[in-house]
Amino acid sequence: MNESLTGFVEALRNENEGWVSGVIDALGEVTVTVPAEFIADACFFLKTDQGFDLLADICGADRGPEEDPRFEVNYHLFSTVHFQRLRLKVLVSEDDPKVETVTGIWKTADWHERETFDMFGVVFEGHPDLRRILLPSEFDGHALRKDFPLRGYEPYSMN
Amino acid sequence: MGLENTLFESLPDVVTVKLDSVINWARKSSIWPATFGLACCAIEMMNTVSARNDLSRFGAETFRASPRQADVMIVSGRVSRKMAPVLRRIYDQMPEPKWVISMGACATSGGVFDNYAIVQGVDKIVPVDVYVPGCPPRPEMLVHSILMLQDKIMRESVKDRRDTFEPESRLSKVPGTLPVTEGTALERETEVEVAQGEVSRPYTIPSKHERRKSS
Repeated sequence: MNESLTGFVEALRNENEGWVSGVIDALGEVTVTVPAEFIADACFFLKTDQGFDLLADICGADRGPEEDPRFEVNYHLFSTVHFQRLRLKVLVSEDDPKVETVTGIWKTADWHERETFDMFGVVFEGHPDLRRILLPSEFDGHALRKDFPLRGYEPYSMN
Repeated sequence: MGLENTLFESLPDVVTVKLDSVINWARKSSIWPATFGLACCAIEMMNTVSARNDLSRFGAETFRASPRQADVMIVSGRVSRKMAPVLRRIYDQMPEPKWVISMGACATSGGVFDNYAIVQGVDKIVPVDVYVPGCPPRPEMLVHSILMLQDKIMRESVKDRRDTFEPESRLSKVPGTLPVTEGTALERETEVEVAQGEVSRPYTIPSKHERRKSS
């Protein structure tokens, strides 16, 4: 693992032991698994204390209907100070797909969270305006879920 | 010297002719498309207007930025479900007489984009006069489709379009919702084939006013 990245993970651990529930080190990238209830706190700490001032992306992932927890929300952070990247991963169950919003920390999280909600149905609590962003507002379901039909979605039938 | 002299010598002062043929000739000679590009097919559409292919030879080079001044809508590319109400609205804003060319595989059937985001054929939203295959079609094919459309226009009658505006405007939905036409393209063709007992234009399907004429 990159030494400076190790430092950030250690800093997270030292701040609060419960924030880090797992560390994945692969392909030169470090992913920290954070429990859903602490994500906003951990992000706030990383931004204010560790210099991760840029949120590059938030994206969802569906591990499949048979998995539990089913959904992932990945936060791709970048530090323009240290020139380092760090990924935070939150696991959410299908029954209660709720994550605290980080719009208060990075404003850019607004549209990323809307997209994740649009495609996966993950609800970001505290988001100022959580509605669909890419799909039409009358769209039925969440298109990137694994159990969404691949083809044949036909709301505008001529018959 | 010149055409005037020849005409003056060879033709009488008064010529009788079918009103339809004069009006249709005028209509087909300047079909102005709406400036409406959706995807990569639009690049070929621009190329069609450029010097090499020169669509202005057939009177269809003036792309109008306002649908109020356009005669034909060339649906050039895949139509996403979010774009569909916009497309229908542009179509509704075009004054009669109006025609639609579905350009390329995506506009015609959804093409390779068989998924939740793309409308599987623009004929689900607007009545299509000419379908152009290809991915994307060559500019020559688009020119050919304009010629086919001209051929189609010449077979129309002014009477067919007389009552089109009012009932359609009465049926039209509030912009943003998605009105649909009745019957699939295939069904419509068979329906008219049975009624006429023949296929007059194998390459196109009858548009709404043509069906009205046949019934």
